[in-house]
Amino acid sequence: MAKRESTFKNMVLVLFIITLITSVTLGYVYEVTKGPIEKAKLTKKLTAIKKVVPEFNNDPDADQFNVQLENGETLEVYPAKMNDSIVGYAVKTFSTKGFSGLVWLMVGFDTQANIIDISVLEHKETPGLGTKMDDESFKAQFRKQNPSTFNLKVVKDGGQVDAITAATISSRAFCDAVEKAYQAVKKGGKQ
Amino acid sequence: MTLKDNFIKGFFKENAVFVLLLGLCPTLATSSSAINGLGMGLATTFVLVMSNIVISLVKNQIPDKVRIPSFIVIIASFVTVVDLVMSGFLPDLHSSLGLFIPLIVVNCIVLGRAEAFASKNNILDSLIDGVSMGLGFAMALTILGSIREILGAGTIFGIDLSIYPTDEKGAPVTMLMFILAPGAFIVLGYLIALINKIRNV
Repeated sequence: MAKRESTFKNMVLVLFIITLITSVTLGYVYEVTKGPIEKAKLTKKLTAIKKVVPEFNNDPDADQFNVQLENGETLEVYPAKMNDSIVGYAVKTFSTKGFSGLVWLMVGFDTQANIIDISVLEHKETPGLGTKMDDESFKAQFRKQNPSTFNLKVVKDGGQVDAITAATISSRAFCDAVEKAYQAVKKGGKQ
Repeated sequence: MTLKDNFIKGFFKENAVFVLLLGLCPTLATSSSAINGLGMGLATTFVLVMSNIVISLVKNQIPDKVRIPSFIVIIASFVTVVDLVMSGFLPDLHSSLGLFIPLIVVNCIVLGRAEAFASKNNILDSLIDGVSMGLGFAMALTILGSIREILGAGTIFGIDLSIYPTDEKGAPVTMLMFILAPGAFIVLGYLIALINKIRNV
C-alpha cells in the first residue's frame, strides 16, 4: 500500500480518526476499571481503619462524618461501632509540615480519646530516614497515650516524642497530624 | 536479520539502558527496589509492544508530517490503559511507582522505537523489537533495583537477607545512600562499565 500523502485534508482526517478511536478505547477501559479502582481504594481504607481501632461490625465508610478544625481544615472521622455502641474512632489526618509533600495518617482513638494505634497511609518523605515513621520503634511510643497529658511535640521542641534520628522534620509532621486528629476527635467525638 | 538476531539486539546488544543510555530518568527514579524496577520494566514493555504493533499496522495510513503527534496519541492511550489497570488491580505497586507510570508517555525508548523501527518494519519484526527492547529495559531495571535494594536495605524483593548488623533497637544498619538518588548513579555507572567490559571481550 502506498504511503498517504501529507495533504491538509489527509492530515486532519488521520489525526481525527486516531484521536476518535483512542478516546473510545480509553472510555471503555475507564468504565471497565472504574469498579476495581474504587474497590481497591475502599479496601485500602478499611484495612487502615481495621489496624487502628478495636473490632467493629458496622460500615465505618457509611458512618463517616467530617469535622472542621479551628484552622479551617476538614478531617474525615470514621466511627467504629460494635452492635451500635461506639468502640473507637479512626481519623484520617494529614500534615503539611512534612519534608516533601503531605503526610497522611490514620489515627485510631478509643472512646476516652486515648491513641490506640497509628497507620501511615501516604507520604513522600526521604527513603530510609523519614520513611522510618512507619517503624514499630517510632510508633510504639504513641500507643495508649492520651494527647491531653502526652505532649505531642518532639523533645527538641519541648515535647515528649522521641524524634526519628536525622528526620526531625518528618517526626514533627507526624506529631502535627496526630495532634490534628486528636482535635477532631475531641470536637466531633460526641456526635 | 533473523528473529533471533532481532531479539538479541534489543535485549542485550543494544540494551536501552546499558548501551543506548536511553530512558535514564525513570531508570534512576524507579529502581530503588527490585520489585519497583520489575514493575516499571514490565509496564514499559507492555506499552512498547502494543504501540509497536499498532504503529506498524497503521504506518502507511499516517501522513509523514503528522506522524509524531499520531505516535504520541497512540502511545499515550496505552500508557493510560496501563495506569488505569494497574491502579485497579495492583494498587500497591501503582502507589509506589506513582508519577512514573504516566511519564512512560515521554520515555524516549518508546517513541524512539516507534519512530526508528515500527514505522519502517512489518508487524512481526516490530513485535519482536518491542518485546526484546522492553524486556531488556525490565532486566536492566530489575538488576539495578536488586543491587540497590541489597546494598541499601539488606533485602531483595522484600525478603530479608540479614546481611547487615543491627543497632540497639534491632533495626539493620544499612548503606542508605544506595536507596537515594546518588546510589542510583553509582550503581548504574559500575554496571555500564561492567557491561562494556563484557561486550569488548
